[in-house]
Amino acid sequence: MTEAFHVENNPQPVEESVSGMSEAVEAGMPEVDAAHAPTKVKADNVDVFYAEKQALFDVSLDVPENQVTALIGPSGCGKSTFLRCINRMNDTIPICRVTGDITIDDQDIYDPAIDVVQLRARVGMVFQKPNPFPKSIYENVAYGPRIHGMAQGKADIDVLVESSLQRAGLWNEVKDRLSESGTSLSGGQQQRLCIARAIAVNPDVILMDEPCSALDPIATARIEELMDELRQNYTIVIVTHSMQQAARVSQRTAFFHLGYLVESGATEMIFTNPEDKRTQDYITGRFG
Amino acid sequence: MNTLILIIVLLGLTTFAYRYGRRKALASVEGSVANLHSLPSYHGAYVALWCGLPALIVVALWLMLQTDMVERLVLSGIADGIAGMSEGQISLLLSDIRNLATGDITTRSPSPMVLAAAERYVELQRLGFALMTGAAVILTSGGLYFGLRAIQPALRARPQVERIVRGLLFIASVIAILTTIGIVLSLMFESNRFFGQVNPLEFLFGLNWSPQTALRADQVGGSGAFGAVPVFAGTLLITVIAMIVAVPIGLMAAIYMAEYASPTTRSLIKPALEILAGIPTVVYGFFAALTIGPLFRGLGESVGLPVASESALAAGLVMGVMIIPFVSSLSDDVINAVPQSLRDGSLALGATHSETIRRVILPASLHGIVGAVLLAVSRAIGETMIVVMAAGLSANLTANPLEAVTTVTVQIVTLLVGDQEFDSAKTLAAFALGLVLFLVTLALNIVALRVVRKYREEYD
Ligand SMILES: Nc1ncnc2c1ncn2[C@@H]1O[C@H](COP(=O)(O)OP(=O)(O)OP(=O)(O)O)[C@@H](O)[C@H]1O
Ligand SMILES: [Mg+2]
Repeated sequence: MTEAFHVENNPQPVEESVSGMSEAVEAGMPEVDAAHAPTKVKADNVDVFYAEKQALFDVSLDVPENQVTALIGPSGCGKSTFLRCINRMNDTIPICRVTGDITIDDQDIYDPAIDVVQLRARVGMVFQKPNPFPKSIYENVAYGPRIHGMAQGKADIDVLVESSLQRAGLWNEVKDRLSESGTSLSGGQQQRLCIARAIAVNPDVILMDEPCSALDPIATARIEELMDELRQNYTIVIVTHSMQQAARVSQRTAFFHLGYLVESGATEMIFTNPEDKRTQDYITGRFG
Repeated sequence: MNTLILIIVLLGLTTFAYRYGRRKALASVEGSVANLHSLPSYHGAYVALWCGLPALIVVALWLMLQTDMVERLVLSGIADGIAGMSEGQISLLLSDIRNLATGDITTRSPSPMVLAAAERYVELQRLGFALMTGAAVILTSGGLYFGLRAIQPALRARPQVERIVRGLLFIASVIAILTTIGIVLSLMFESNRFFGQVNPLEFLFGLNWSPQTALRADQVGGSGAFGAVPVFAGTLLITVIAMIVAVPIGLMAAIYMAEYASPTTRSLIKPALEILAGIPTVVYGFFAALTIGPLFRGLGESVGLPVASESALAAGLVMGVMIIPFVSSLSDDVINAVPQSLRDGSLALGATHSETIRRVILPASLHGIVGAVLLAVSRAIGETMIVVMAAGLSANLTANPLEAVTTVTVQIVTLLVGDQEFDSAKTLAAFALGLVLFLVTLALNIVALRVVRKYREEYD
């Protein structure tokens, strides 16, 4: 599978696709708290191909630490594809090929020396459809820590399970039924269980691909709240189709269109004063 | 031959009835289908069913009952001549008559009585055929007439046709069930006769199996011992050996096919494995008897182990190979049915592929795998040919796989092959063995189905 990957470490100068724009925006928006937050994930000139078909064209994006970055754009524009580059889930698709540089904490994640297993432990992922394992709630959360040998005895794991469920805001609802199957929970609870499962391995970055699209408004609000809390400790990248959601939860927004990153910047900027006509059309609902 | 022509004619008429009914329905509304209650094809089918179904049913029943009726009539015609004959003699006589009537050569030169009876036999058959044809013709034309007369725009042809079709489907399923019930009843009935001669407790718990009984009173022969434990132990031993071979290999092959193989590899391996299931068991049998058995014997000799040339090991191994595709194919389906989202969920947490298989995929498909294994077990228990040829016939009570053993199915075969009275304990023992075998496989199948159903609920 690794043969399918050719990572070209082009040492060419970093070229912001929306050149100069993000700096300008950040400078003009002091209220966005961590405008000068250090960059956590940095993508440079990323191209992605599915077999012969190119899905992403020359995407360069900085994801700042401890912020929520929203990826928006019409269906099929490559948001999920980009997200899956960050934890190398694209490795599981044999026909998928990624070129360009992606670094996390200045470390090239497509470097052959990088262990993809460790990378995925550092970069958690929450999927569009809740996908708890058909195991007990407890085992769902304990799965990651067990695999990575993060806890020694049962007591350690108990602590980890409880704290993860608590941080995911699920503990009070499930503390008396930890041995029930994770699939017996409601959709919103399942999604929070998946979030708990992801944070149990203590990642740096959490990727969420339309985490609320299968949920009702109340469960959605609960998860949005959660994202706001989680961002104190994690860097979050979320794909969403809901403009309102992007506006509510994110500090930074990136707009994708037909495989290109059209524009990225502070969320307020993108929503109030987009530079590109396509961005404007999209957020005002004229297409997509 | 004549019957075949009759049936073809009936089917032809039915087709005609369909066409004609359709046409008439269309004509009745002058071609505007919207005015018909049901589509024209339902009207056609309605007429066709009226026309063909009663006649075909009558012909079928007639064919089933005619021979018996004719023979009864023939025998009652010569009632005086056969008075005082035993049942066996009568049936010999009857087969003479039948042979004579169909023009075959008889055993003896026929007596006048037999000749006359044969003539009567032929005559009655001819008469029967004529009556049957007459009845069929009347029913067909009557049905055609009724069907056509009923056709009018408001005729509710669709519900009626569908009701009849549903009835036919129901009858088909009932036939299968009735056959099973019939087999079970005959097994129980004959077993009951066996248990009249042999104590059931002795049968179920006795340790000595030697079913040879004397044919005639003056013959030297065993008195017969019907302790079935060695036979069941043999079945158990061979089944265990077969499962030890089939379950790990089949399961690993399934995991490889479902999880690791590229689509091309999979499309080669899967059919290749399924070919194993298509090899006739006789072929496996002589492979086991002629190749594997002697091979083990030779190996045993070279290390100083006494290996019988017919051994449980040889039979079990080959049977295991035969069963591999059962386990692998079903397990492969089950593993493939595990949603991709579970794999992604596990991989995204940093689990390796093999951790994902061990900790997520196998537990999630465990129910289905257990079902596959149980089905394979009942296949192994029922398998006969390989064991007849490769495991021997002697009913040893042993756990040593290097010795010859025998199994339930093999004993059933040997009990029923050869000259025996049909109501001797030896022959009846086959039914008792069959009954126990049936109960065991039935229980296994029920458990397997339960397990499989439970598995199914998980992803619904
Ligand atoms: N496994 C795959 N094999 C082949 N092509 C793929 C695969 N996954 C995605 N693509 C293609 O890549 C392009 C981008 O897909 P992607 O899933 O990233 O879109 P998206 O922006 O997430 O869309 P959506 O909002 O509908 O989820 C699409 O044209 C899609 O057809
Ligand atoms: Mg997507």
